[in-house]
Amino acid sequence: MAKFKTPFLDELEKGPWPSFVTDIKRQAKTKPELEDLLGQVELSYKDKETHWKHGGIVGVFGYGGGVIGRYSDMPKEFPGVAHFHTVRVNQTGGFYYSTEYLGKIMDMWERRGSGLTNMHGSTGDMVLLGTTTDQLEEIFWELTHDMQTDLGGSGGNLRTPSCCLGMSRCEYSCIDAQAICQEMTMHYQDELHRPAFPYKFKIKVSGCANDCVAAIARSDCAIIGTWKDNIRIDKSAVAAYVNGELKSNAGAHAGRDWGKFDIVKEVVNLCPTGCMSYDGKELTIDDKECTRCMHCINTMPRALRPGVDKGATLLCGAKAPILEGQRLATVIVPFVKTEGTFEEIKEVINKLLDWWMEHGKNRERIGELIGRMGMREMLKATGLPPVPQMVKEPRSNPYIFWEESEVPGGWTRDLAAFRKKHPL
Amino acid sequence: MAYDPKNPMKDRITDIGPRHYKEFMPPVIKKNFGKWLYHEILEPGVLMHKAESGDEVYTVRIGASRLMSVELIRDAMKIADKHCGGYIRWTTRNNMELMVDDKSKLQPLIDDIKKNPMFPIGGTGAGVTSIIHTQGWVHCHTPAIDASGIVKSVMDELFEYFQSMKLPAQVRVAMACCLNMCGAVHCSDIAILGFHRKPPFVQHEVISKICELPLAIAACPTGAIKPATVDGHKSVSVNGERCMFCGNCYTMCPAMPLMDAEGDCVVIMMGGKISNRISAPKFSKVVIPALPSNPPRWPEVVAAVKNILEVYAKNANKYERIGEWAERIGWERVFEKCNIPFNVKTIDDYTLAYNTLRTTTQFKFT
Repeated sequence: MAKFKTPFLDELEKGPWPSFVTDIKRQAKTKPELEDLLGQVELSYKDKETHWKHGGIVGVFGYGGGVIGRYSDMPKEFPGVAHFHTVRVNQTGGFYYSTEYLGKIMDMWERRGSGLTNMHGSTGDMVLLGTTTDQLEEIFWELTHDMQTDLGGSGGNLRTPSCCLGMSRCEYSCIDAQAICQEMTMHYQDELHRPAFPYKFKIKVSGCANDCVAAIARSDCAIIGTWKDNIRIDKSAVAAYVNGELKSNAGAHAGRDWGKFDIVKEVVNLCPTGCMSYDGKELTIDDKECTRCMHCINTMPRALRPGVDKGATLLCGAKAPILEGQRLATVIVPFVKTEGTFEEIKEVINKLLDWWMEHGKNRERIGELIGRMGMREMLKATGLPPVPQMVKEPRSNPYIFWEESEVPGGWTRDLAAFRKKHPL
Repeated sequence: MAYDPKNPMKDRITDIGPRHYKEFMPPVIKKNFGKWLYHEILEPGVLMHKAESGDEVYTVRIGASRLMSVELIRDAMKIADKHCGGYIRWTTRNNMELMVDDKSKLQPLIDDIKKNPMFPIGGTGAGVTSIIHTQGWVHCHTPAIDASGIVKSVMDELFEYFQSMKLPAQVRVAMACCLNMCGAVHCSDIAILGFHRKPPFVQHEVISKICELPLAIAACPTGAIKPATVDGHKSVSVNGERCMFCGNCYTMCPAMPLMDAEGDCVVIMMGGKISNRISAPKFSKVVIPALPSNPPRWPEVVAAVKNILEVYAKNANKYERIGEWAERIGWERVFEKCNIPFNVKTIDDYTLAYNTLRTTTQFKFT
């Protein structure tokens, strides 16, 4: 027998999409605090307002992040969720799990938490929703000792780096996105667990320009795989696409009759640089002019593959609109090889962090700092060479902040001599 | 050995980071790591990846509400144990994926998945996949709207597009329950956003005790918050005319809540994308500044999303994302075709506004 009547939420048990209400109701049979959660959410549906209080600082000793305090504003009515803190557990690269490992986390979370999760949070962590303050150290102990894993980031720190599934199961991936993500996560453990930044800093790694982890939209430092040499062409497979033996775009459009595959219309003419041609027999690519958008490769994956001189483009400064407006990440290093322990990438990140920690205001993301102080200052501080790949177009105003050292004779001048020549 | 509250630092382990991903890859994935040749979508929700070695891995993608119970995850784990050697993964868009290394194992896997109505198969190719979303009323203190309930309502309505591949291109729907946009709706084909429309309260009698007033003042991007003494209390005043309802003050100061059942509403955005395919990544654009927030099923929001999706599906070219279609036909035509009234509130007047104004005599009459 349910503790609360939930007529609003019951409506969400209808329909074909998996119902979180049905799911929570079932879990509530063994986790009675979820009855209170259902009660409180039902009240929110009635009130059209949330019933969670603002924050509250809780955590585990020695860490400044990874746990987010959460309290009900109606603890008497819903005592089971009076304290309902979130624990962020660092996900594995590419979100792969064995059931043995995942099962241990689930068992722990059933014992020490509400039994409710997010798989996964927006940044990438496995999010465990709802526990009490007295459980936090116990949870941390079990995570580190019994599951050999760790908490993720929150607050003004490095947020848990995240990646696509990379080379593990994707033929497009130009870089080992998981290896880069893992190395950055391990290298910056201190920055991840102990907030010392003006605000959050996110690192995301995508294997190719399709960018399945949304690095270019969501990360302060985006690492996106690319290549420098020529797209590899399998001529017989091109012919097979043209003849209709192979399905375009790996069959992604199979649900509708779009007519016969037309390589000129669907590939050549959609190339953003116009660097492809097809003479009725052979597909040719002027690779020097290619900007590696991935369209032709996505459309004919069995005929075309990325080149072999692979590496990453680094971009910086993406964020959602809050606060100074939305930003996509912008190119700061057009190409870097991704080898060994990725020292070249770390060097760039270290310089970005140093500059941002020195100049960033409270709650100012690095993209906003670049907006406020200009690319000029960022490039000066990081020593990155200015290259045309960084801009869509050069500036259209001449208001250049020349430095004294750059101007012949410097800025110290003799006013008397000036006025002798040009009387007032 | 267990945690000893009297001696919390004893045998403490810190900074070990996550487990290594290679521990958790199915053998066929590990063996062919970096050696994949191509993939095919065999049917909606079912992928086959072919490796240079000749190995094949068959993946079944399962839509999920990202809010999942331990019980439900165990249900998925049972299938993984029975069919997939005890491995499971999630995608960047909250889907689950179960993999087998031989075609003969595929149908039995699909059959078992289909026995559970909580595990719909789909979300591949030119369709709609799971909605990236936020916490909403289930777990957040700043939302203007719920998240999971709206996602459920919208996905129920778009379900046929989750289980088919008949759109011109993939359509990525995202939702965020307030302007903090944990759901990163700012680059999605269709975005649903919760929005407050009343300036914050100021709880003058407590604000100086629970907030750093300079931080609250500095938090305001429009300078609407000023120091003030009210009834003898050190406090702040808010100029409502300058408030853009971003909620940044509330993030800094619990004594300045914004939420209000009457004022809070839903914004619909469209035309964003992340992929660099054909055209550069794009921001989502506001097309409907406010729809009512009507739980439990948000009919106005569901109808608006479905309308945009279906007008696009009918009109766009193959491969064209919503934003690319909008740019080809012109946004003036988009408003006309989608039958959305243009509104002064859809003209930008924030920091990057000028970039969005028309600086040419080229436009279409509608």
